[in-house]
Amino acid sequence: MKKILLIGNPNVGKSVIFSRLTGVNVIVSNYPGTTVEFTKGYAKIDNEIFEIIDTPGTYSLIPTSDAEEIALKLLKRGDVIINVVDATNLERNLNLTLQLLKQDKPLIVALNLFDETKHLGIEIDVRKLEEILGIPVVPTVAITGEGIKELTERLKEAKTKTYDYNEEERWQKVGEIVKEVQKITHRHHTFLENLADATIKPVTGIPIALIILCLTFYITRFIGENLIQYFLEPLYSNFYAPNIIKFIKSLNINWLEKILLSQKPEAMKGFGVLTTGVYIPFVGVLPYIFSFYLVLSLLEDIGYIPRLAVLLDIFLHKIGLHGYGTVPIILGLGCKVPAMVSTRILETKREKIIATILIILIAPCMPQSAMIISLLSKYGVKYIGITFCVIAFVGILSGYFLNKILKGETPELFAEIPPLRVIKINILFKKLWMRLRSFIYEAVPLIIFGIFIVNICEISGLVNILSKTLGPITVKILGLPSKIIPVIVFGFLRKDVSIALLSPYNLTPEELVVSSVFLTLYLPCISTFFVILKEQGLKDTFKILIFVFSIALSISSLLNLII
Amino acid sequence: MDLTSVKEGERCKVLKIEGGYGVIKKLERMGIRPDVEILKLSSQFAKGPVVIQVGNTQVAIGFGMAKKIIVEKID
Repeated sequence: MKKILLIGNPNVGKSVIFSRLTGVNVIVSNYPGTTVEFTKGYAKIDNEIFEIIDTPGTYSLIPTSDAEEIALKLLKRGDVIINVVDATNLERNLNLTLQLLKQDKPLIVALNLFDETKHLGIEIDVRKLEEILGIPVVPTVAITGEGIKELTERLKEAKTKTYDYNEEERWQKVGEIVKEVQKITHRHHTFLENLADATIKPVTGIPIALIILCLTFYITRFIGENLIQYFLEPLYSNFYAPNIIKFIKSLNINWLEKILLSQKPEAMKGFGVLTTGVYIPFVGVLPYIFSFYLVLSLLEDIGYIPRLAVLLDIFLHKIGLHGYGTVPIILGLGCKVPAMVSTRILETKREKIIATILIILIAPCMPQSAMIISLLSKYGVKYIGITFCVIAFVGILSGYFLNKILKGETPELFAEIPPLRVIKINILFKKLWMRLRSFIYEAVPLIIFGIFIVNICEISGLVNILSKTLGPITVKILGLPSKIIPVIVFGFLRKDVSIALLSPYNLTPEELVVSSVFLTLYLPCISTFFVILKEQGLKDTFKILIFVFSIALSISSLLNLII
Repeated sequence: MDLTSVKEGERCKVLKIEGGYGVIKKLERMGIRPDVEILKLSSQFAKGPVVIQVGNTQVAIGFGMAKKIIVEKID
């Protein structure tokens, strides 16, 4: 089967074209570095089935990051290349096109974001560009699907080595081509452009950032809380729970009842697979996942996050990262798994190790946060505040410390800042749905499995054995009752569950704070662990985990003494 | 003068990049090279990054790297 490769600069819309061609949904955003892995899909063009490969963006054929390296390795395996070009940035993009033309692969250009040229006063003579380059150039607006059909129809015209030049004269040639095919007419700044400028100037940018951050927290909590209070909680307690309990009890199988409902069938009181096991993921966590990713996706698609990176750069340098480290850390507020993958956008090993540790230590993931909030809210905002502040403080302090002791320097921020764009509602909801789906399919089964295991430990009496052997440690060091041992032992399966599972034990608010901090920090969850292993290798993963675990243990025991 | 001493909103032309091969190539990939016109959009407090516009692209450049970009003002 022939392979078609999508190659181009970062943030030009390769992934949107990929989705259009294959029907496979991939996460797309408005900032460079959304795609850090390659994605495969299939498309039928002229009765022939092609494999389509979406690649991370690259500015040139000399790689400077892992993500770019992936793109270039793939280049060798492609049969045809679709070079996706940002029509609003012709010069920079054609630099890559000319390099690609020297490769021995048939090439076709998709002149994407073509609709934006009109607003920007840019006029491109597509015919002439095609003539000069000697390969097909098809204007596309991937987000609406415009031009995609023509792109596939003209795929067979793809050619290579049609434009020869001297390597030293490449930029000069690019300049000549642009001069010949592009006309720019002056026009006034739009509202979005003025807003965009304001977000990166400190005097206006810092207040804007604070407003956006406050709004993010407020909206996430508002939507999450209301979904629970007025929709999911009533749905669970008025409809689901009574019926499922009645049904299971009617079966009259004692052991099954113990596993599915446990001795205490009220949600969050026992470890029933069908009671607490359903309540935690669907009533406790899902609403917050929904609200957080709604807000995050909105910020991503508008293109705000790289602007935040500019403002935070100085601060992040103090903890060993540059501004673009904002991206993995913000993703980590949702789920640590994509956050760990996105450390690929960072250049050095040192940065990746620091980022990995900070992702684990600086804040809980959204499911954990949701559970911490729901468990502690009855004791007042104070305890929620303490928990999150301690965790953030630990993260920042660790970053500061690592920055001092790890050899090497933090590279400087050097990143494209995409324009602010009007969001497309359908793209936004597609992305939101993909993120919810991956929570439902990947996380929910593990949550339920974790509850099942803990329940079995309860029923079988294994809890007592574990408590006796490991108990003294938790009691002495953390001041926590030994009965929560199984939660700690199995907590790494799903960390959000581990915090939720504290609920049946009637802990004091102080004990809840200590255990929430410990359970958030002590180890990454099992899915995150495997991603770290894949990204950082065995040796570094081991070092990272030892560091993280010692920090978690010392901070929690310290906290136990103070609180 | 270098890019850090240009004021916000001022246009300038890149004269040369005072750096090693790595820095030159890194900047060049983004279209920042001698003879190119750029517009400085913002700078931050305490030696923070500089944001410029080159062509239609906005690029954030760390302070140290911006110091290596030698420019001259144009009217």
